[in-house]
Amino acid sequence: MLQISNLTKKFGGVKAVDDLSFSVKKGTIHSIIGPNGAGKTTLVNMITGVYKVDSGTVFLDGGDITNLATNKLVHRGVCRTFQHLEICGNLTVIENVMLGFDKYMDKNIIRSCFRAKSILEDEKRYFDRGMHLLELIGLENFAHNEAKNLSYGILKKLEIIRALATTPELILLDEPVAGLNPKETHEVSELIKTVVADEVTIILVEHDMKMIMKISDYITVMNFGKKLAQGTPTQIVNNEEVIKAYLGSGALHGK
Amino acid sequence: MIELFAYLLSGVTVGFIYTLVGLGFTVIYNSSGIINFSQGEFVMAGGMSTVFLLYAGLPLGVAFVLAILITSMIGIVLYKLISLSRDSSPISLIILTLGFAIFLRGLAQVIFDKQLHTMPSFVGDGAFEIFDTTLTYQALLIMVVASAIVVLLYLFFKKTKTGQAMVAASNNVDAAKLMGINIKKILMLNFAISAVIASIGGILLTPITSTNYEVGIMLGLKGFCAAIIGGLGNPFGAVAGGLILGVLESLVAGYVSSEYKDAVAFVVLLAILFFMPGGIFGNLKSQRV
Amino acid sequence: MLKKYNINNQIILLTGILIIIPFFFQNDFYFEIAILSILNALICIGLNLLMGYAGQVSLGHGAFAGLGAYIAVVLSSNYGLTPLLSIFIAVVIMGIFAFIVSKPILKLKGHYLAMATLGIGIIINIVLEVEDEFTGGVDGMSVDSFVVFGYEFSESISWYILCASLLVFTIWAFDNLIKSPFGRLLRSIHDSEKAAKSVGIDVSYFKSIVFVISVVIATVAGSLYAFFSGFISPQEASFTHSIELVVMVVLGGLGRVYGAVFGAVILTVLPQLLNSFEDYETLIFGSIIILVMIFMPKGIVSLFDKVVKKESNHASN
Repeated sequence: MLQISNLTKKFGGVKAVDDLSFSVKKGTIHSIIGPNGAGKTTLVNMITGVYKVDSGTVFLDGGDITNLATNKLVHRGVCRTFQHLEICGNLTVIENVMLGFDKYMDKNIIRSCFRAKSILEDEKRYFDRGMHLLELIGLENFAHNEAKNLSYGILKKLEIIRALATTPELILLDEPVAGLNPKETHEVSELIKTVVADEVTIILVEHDMKMIMKISDYITVMNFGKKLAQGTPTQIVNNEEVIKAYLGSGALHGK
Repeated sequence: MIELFAYLLSGVTVGFIYTLVGLGFTVIYNSSGIINFSQGEFVMAGGMSTVFLLYAGLPLGVAFVLAILITSMIGIVLYKLISLSRDSSPISLIILTLGFAIFLRGLAQVIFDKQLHTMPSFVGDGAFEIFDTTLTYQALLIMVVASAIVVLLYLFFKKTKTGQAMVAASNNVDAAKLMGINIKKILMLNFAISAVIASIGGILLTPITSTNYEVGIMLGLKGFCAAIIGGLGNPFGAVAGGLILGVLESLVAGYVSSEYKDAVAFVVLLAILFFMPGGIFGNLKSQRV
Repeated sequence: MLKKYNINNQIILLTGILIIIPFFFQNDFYFEIAILSILNALICIGLNLLMGYAGQVSLGHGAFAGLGAYIAVVLSSNYGLTPLLSIFIAVVIMGIFAFIVSKPILKLKGHYLAMATLGIGIIINIVLEVEDEFTGGVDGMSVDSFVVFGYEFSESISWYILCASLLVFTIWAFDNLIKSPFGRLLRSIHDSEKAAKSVGIDVSYFKSIVFVISVVIATVAGSLYAFFSGFISPQEASFTHSIELVVMVVLGGLGRVYGAVFGAVILTVLPQLLNSFEDYETLIFGSIIILVMIFMPKGIVSLFDKVVKKESNHASN
């Protein structure tokens, strides 16, 4: 459903992403891995319109979405999460989820000021749907807590749920388990596999190899902005170039 | 042609004052990231204190030195107030410095008065004749002293140990701390230096335009325009911005409309903000990133 | 969950206070101060939406209010339109003006945004002073009386009722707005623009809208003040007035509807009280701003939060 062709992005003289092409099949979990500085987050930022691409194209279901702004992409069914949390701390948990339904809600100023029927109905409907999502991941008891008072692990999950609330067809997860402990990592990994993957296609950028190997359908390996290899998890672990790149940079240790 | 030359001369003279105010902004902004909305009141404080010290019968030289000292103390007081504040968001600090400006205006009303004051030129009322245009000694003095301050400031930050430490501290607070530099002292010194520059501007300007407790509002704002026109944070930008602003104002007043003279600074400011947010010479800080 | 009619304790209390205080007014001067407080509060509610919720500073709202008021006044006094129609046209013009201006302005951040709004405000002020053909110049101009459908607002009490009703209505409507999806969207922009964009919100569009709303409210309040006082001068549009408005919002408490009201009332009444100090007025005014910013940067309403918290702690113990 997503075709990326010849994407290039330079910062100064350095090519962060260099002539990168690959495509993502509908309904799969497609992971992007690579050593630090390989250009993974840059790639996500290019697909989601945060950075302007220098050259190349991004097509979604045959439609050109190159350089389309993040907020417009949401209306085309593409949503993302962030490597560094972007949660609205002063909103409650349920409000953060309801924010995900924003595009469906009536935001007419006059009707809002007079608390018109459509406003009340929207609030009720999306509150219920939001609570339903929270129940799926067992956060319903935190619904009315201000987000800033909650743990990092919970907020990481909340961000994914908020993205899911926009009812995307494609979701880009930028390091969803970074900084989480093993238990939380397992929970998020389950969440992605069971809840998210049921409904949407996923592009997953992650360092956690164990998780990647377990849940990915396809993997694209990046190194120095270029595609090093692509294939199923089994193909990737046996790919010599990949092993070399990882051993060389030492990034395959630990996790 | 003679007209044009006269406008240019008077523009450059005022421009040097804007430069001094703009430099004051820059010194505080570069060290602390704070836009000091009471910079204009520092200028007022310098001019007004000198006038009243002269009224009190002090000799010129002593009045200068005391006025500069007084203003630098005011700068330090502002720093102390800012460091007391429990909230360091830009909006709170803007309001705090605005409040301090109002406070200083009120203080000037009470200690001095609400009248216009002037003082005799300290270099006599004579003037040079250049191309049939007069350049008063006082105007020349402004140009010379302001240029000297620019050069001295440059030498101070580039060549002296204290100056280098101050630059290092503003570039990287943590590293500076590790090197044993006392950040608080450095910041305080920056506020004092900024106030000194402003007060000298105020003293130089008084014989030409006279002064009162409110004179700082416009001067401060225009000085800030100068700083932004040249590129906020870039000291040479403040110099160029000040001169450009002074000359443009003088030309508009001469050829277009004297009533709209005060609007020039803000029209240029908006043009710069909308089309060249880094200023004419670029913002040093954004270049670094 | 949202209730159908948002009638809460605060709004009942506010209405009660507004009904009771006129009985303590000894002469027209009290009414004048009360009406001025209310109109300032209105501007501050709009400005607070911009500063407190959308996170955008404006040092030009005095000028926007002044310009809007001048448009209304000139239309009614010089061109003979009815006051209501004049205000309506002023609102439309200022709304369009705000929308156009907001595009380049709201791209700026922090100090730059503050300076841009300040610059526009000062230019407006200078234009109003210079174009004396229309505006009467520095000396200002007198304003026709406020006649609506044949009824002339001549008594202070009728002005008071008009403005007080407008305040209660505006606060009620704003409270609804803030608690609606639109309000949630604004709060999200304040917390994290990235988050807002990631769920599909066109951040810059909504910032423009909020800017327009705040300018429109300033226009209405500014126009009403001109009609009420029967006089307008460029002083209304001065830098000092813009600063006062911002200080009111911050002093009361950013992002708090009632904070804006508190700030406006305090800073309108205070100078009157300080009048007896004459020359010391400015000095005391400045000192108060400094002290509040140092010791109560979250504004005066934050004091009430502490009281409420203590009480609820008590209750739960």
